[in-house]
Parts: sequence; C-alpha cells; structure tokens
Amino acid sequence: MKITEETVRYVAHLSRIELSEEEIREFTYQLDAILKYMDQLKEVKTSHLEPTSHAIGMKPLLREDKVEGSFSQEESVMNAPERKGPFFKVPPVIEV
Amino acid sequence: MDYGDFEAVIGLEVHAQLLTESKLFCSCSTKFGAEPNVHTCPVCMGLPGALPVLNRKAVEYAIKLGLALNCTINKRSVFARKNYYYPDLPKGYQISQYEEPICKDGYVEVDTEGGKKRIRIRRIHLEEDAGKLIHEGEIEKSSYTLVDFNRASIPLVEIVTEPDISSPKEAVAYLKLLRSILIYLEICDGNMEEGSIRCDANVSVRRKGDTKFGTRTELKNLNSFRYMEKALDYEIRRQITLLEEEKEVIQETRLFNPHEGVTYSMRGKEEAHDYRYFPDPDLLPLVIDDDWIEAVKRTIPELPQKKAERFLRDFGLPLYDVEILCSDKKLADYFEETVRLYPEPKTVSNWIMTELLRELKETNLPLDRIPFSPAMLAELLLLVKEGKISMKMAKDFFPQLFRRGVSPRKYVDEKGLSQISDESLIEEAVKKVLSAYPKEVEEYRKGKEKVLSFFVGQVMKETKGRANPKIVNELIREKLKRGLE
Repeated sequence: MKITEETVRYVAHLSRIELSEEEIREFTYQLDAILKYMDQLKEVKTSHLEPTSHAIGMKPLLREDKVEGSFSQEESVMNAPERKGPFFKVPPVIEV
Repeated sequence: MDYGDFEAVIGLEVHAQLLTESKLFCSCSTKFGAEPNVHTCPVCMGLPGALPVLNRKAVEYAIKLGLALNCTINKRSVFARKNYYYPDLPKGYQISQYEEPICKDGYVEVDTEGGKKRIRIRRIHLEEDAGKLIHEGEIEKSSYTLVDFNRASIPLVEIVTEPDISSPKEAVAYLKLLRSILIYLEICDGNMEEGSIRCDANVSVRRKGDTKFGTRTELKNLNSFRYMEKALDYEIRRQITLLEEEKEVIQETRLFNPHEGVTYSMRGKEEAHDYRYFPDPDLLPLVIDDDWIEAVKRTIPELPQKKAERFLRDFGLPLYDVEILCSDKKLADYFEETVRLYPEPKTVSNWIMTELLRELKETNLPLDRIPFSPAMLAELLLLVKEGKISMKMAKDFFPQLFRRGVSPRKYVDEKGLSQISDESLIEEAVKKVLSAYPKEVEEYRKGKEKVLSFFVGQVMKETKGRANPKIVNELIREKLKRGLE
C-alpha cells in the first residue's frame, strides 16, 4: 500500500474536509489505485521529453492592464454566511 | 554590531506590490484606501467557475526588476497553487510560482563598511496578494475578525536572496537599495507604511570559521528599516545566547514586536506547512521571448547607484547630498533640471535639501505633482545672485511660491519686493534711525559695538526688510564713524 488511512486523514484535514470512516477506507483504496497506475506509467521511457503540466500546447493569453467593472459592496458580501456591514465576518484569527 | 566569536547568516524575502492599475488575474482596481470590498469580482473572490487571466503589465514589471537585479529571465515559467486555509485567502490557495519562477540567479552590490558586497538573488517570482484582516479591539479578546478583499490578488513580486547577508546593517542596506531600485523602475511605490514593501528574514548564527549553517528561524513583520535592524540584532543575540548556553535553536517562525523590541515564537500556528504546490491548471505556462525581454530592457532607466556615481563625479557634491538626492529618482531629476538652468550644483543641492524637502513634507505632495518647477527654482536662485532679492527674502517667500507655483520674478515685480540696493534710499533710512536713537549712538561711540546690529535691524524694519543688508551695514558703520570724527 502506498497510501495509508493516516495519509488520507492528514490530507482531509489539510483540505478541511470531514470524512466518515467508510469514506476514509474508500478513498484510501482509490488513491492507492491511482498511485499504482502512476507506477505503471513510470515504466514508459520519457527522459527525452519535457515534463507536461498542461494538456494544451498554446501560449497563454495575457490581459491588458485595464480596470473594468467590479462587484458593488453589497454584491461582494451578499452571500457571506456572516457579515458585519461591508465586511465578511469570520471567527477570530489570532495572529500573535 | 559585534557578535564576538559568532557570525550571522541572513537571507531576506521581500514582497513588493507592483504598481499596476488592475489586479494580477482580473480587472479589479488596485487603488489603495477604497471602501471595503469594492474591488472584488468572481475571479479574485474565488467564485466557482471564474477563470484567471494574467496581467501583461505585471509580467513586464517582473522582467524589468529581474533585469535590473542581473537575473536570468526564464523563458518559460509556471504558476502554481499554494494551498492553505486562512480567511484572507478566498480561493483556499494562492496563485504563486514554485519550481519555475520568472527570474533567477541575479545579484546586487550594496555598500557596506567593508566596501562593496555582492548579495546574490536566488529568485524572483510573481504571486497574488491576500486580503486584509481587521481585528476589532484587542486581538486576544476579540470574538471575531473582519475581512476586506480589496487587496486580494494585487500583484506582488517576491525577491529572495541567498543567505549572503552577515549583519543587520547589511540587511538594511540591501533593503534600502532594493526599495530605491523598485522606485526608480517605477514598478512599486515603495511605501512601507502602506505595506507596499514587506520583508521577512531567515536568520541563523554560527561560530566564525564554521562552514555549516546553524538552525535558522524565520522572522516576520520587519516592515520598517528601523524595526528590521532591531529585530535582526535581537534575534541574532538570542540565538548566540542559546548556543553559548549549549541549548538548541529551534527552527520556527518568530514575530517581531516593535513595542517590546523582542521576537517571539508564533506557537500555535506551528503545524508544519504543507502547501501541496502543483501547477495551476487554469493558467498555461508563461512564455517570454527575447523580443519582449529586449523591449523591457530599453525601458530601464539609469539606476540609483549609477546615478550617484555620476553625481559625485560630475557635480562635485558631497556624498551626503548625493545620497539624499539620488534616494528618489524624481528628486534627482528635479535637481538635474534645475542645475541645467542654474549651473551651481551645491547651491541648488542646498536649496533642495532644506527648503524644497521641507515644503514637500509640509504639503505632503508627491514630487511629480508640485506646482513649483525646476525652472522656477532656477529663476529664484538667479534673483538672489543678481542681488535683486536677498537669500533671506527668497527663503521667506519660498513657501508661497512653492504652494502656488508662481514665477519668482513675476512675484517679486508685482509685489514690489525687490531688494533696495539704491544707496540714497538706504542712506535716508539710516539717517532716520540714527537720529531716532541718540542714546544708542552715544553707547556705540563709547565702544559698545553690539549696538550695530540693533541699528541694522531698525533700518531693515524701516525698509520693510527690503534693504540690501550688506549696504545697510556699510552705511551705518560709515555714518557712525564720520560722526565720531
């Protein structure tokens, strides 16, 4: 096994996702299967190729530096679970 | 600062906000000081389905900085997601660059007590800023935090040095130089109070002669030159004390508290950072060709160190003057333009460093928006030289001229302020004063020379300050002497 249940718990925590015990078992199996498949892919010789991080071989589109419309203050915060006036309100963040 | 048998090893990470009009991946404004949450849109708020589109100008600025810091520009660089949860980060990840930054392997040379020192730049990458958290009341007692996303996704460059810095003073010298380069390039406003430049440091110490690095700590919140020097010095001494007591330095993030002048551990946030970087699938790799690099190269102005060398050489100014004038490109330009019209560098420099800088400070105007032009300053200095007005008069009405942007010659003519150099007019005033104060004249005759300045003052008052003081002095002396004979 490449992936343990512990790893799944750790990654779930980093992603702030709550998983049931059943899900943990399921994802452990699935993730492990993915990594095994990767191992299989590794057998192909690719040393003469550039690594590919994106499937499309095109140059990126760039934007001109121009200001265009933004949300209104109300639109910005209207979906906030909690707000205080024009701000989003979140549980206290202790920085110190 | 002497650390005895120890030496410090410091590397700096500087974040600088780029002076683009719009954000890094969307068209929201980057203007500082707006109402909360009005510079937001689906992209910078991380709403589902929104896609980032890279700002060309931000890329251009990063290339510009890379070239100015002698870096190699990567023809291909990749944007990556840095994943972590914090309320100032709407998407749950920050778009940054990881394995392939836009610039790498550069250097700058800073002036230190021991001469020029080369500090290598490891990398410069582009990334987006986070939003701003506002804590109500005292941090410890506050029951909630407020978030303003106006700053989220404003373009930043992060400039990372190699651990080549060996003292707090050197770190400050580096940051000062970097800041002035950023300002010269016109890619960052350099305003540290508004957070346009933010600095973190990696610090370790080792015994002199050791080649292995000690355990390092990361220092956050070094956002002014003074704090930076104090914080680094404190942290270096803290680590040395630990080693001397044969204790261990713990690798951790520490925060400098400027009020207490100490650094302390940010425990509680100690959870090991695991950012799980991966290439952002929404953004294609950035490709920069030679033509683009060449075009950017042509926009790089003379940089501060080169300018300072030239000012020393060509204008024969003291180092002190040169440092002040060249600290700001606009100030240096103002100086040069004035000297072109009034070729007495030291006189111009004195005027700029005292009168002009004081007015700038008092009016709080940026140099490129003041109504008083270099041509006007040259005119004012010429009026003094011609003897039309005294230096004192020039200084007296300079604030008026500066604030209103009036031609000094016109001002002097219209207000009839020109200095009186006509001897017969001054003589009349002198006679009047001497006859009004017979007692003081008597005192002078008895040898009390100090009364002379009293007479000068009275004559100046009589002429409303316009008499040429040199002539006044001569005439009074002459008159009193003649009276004695």
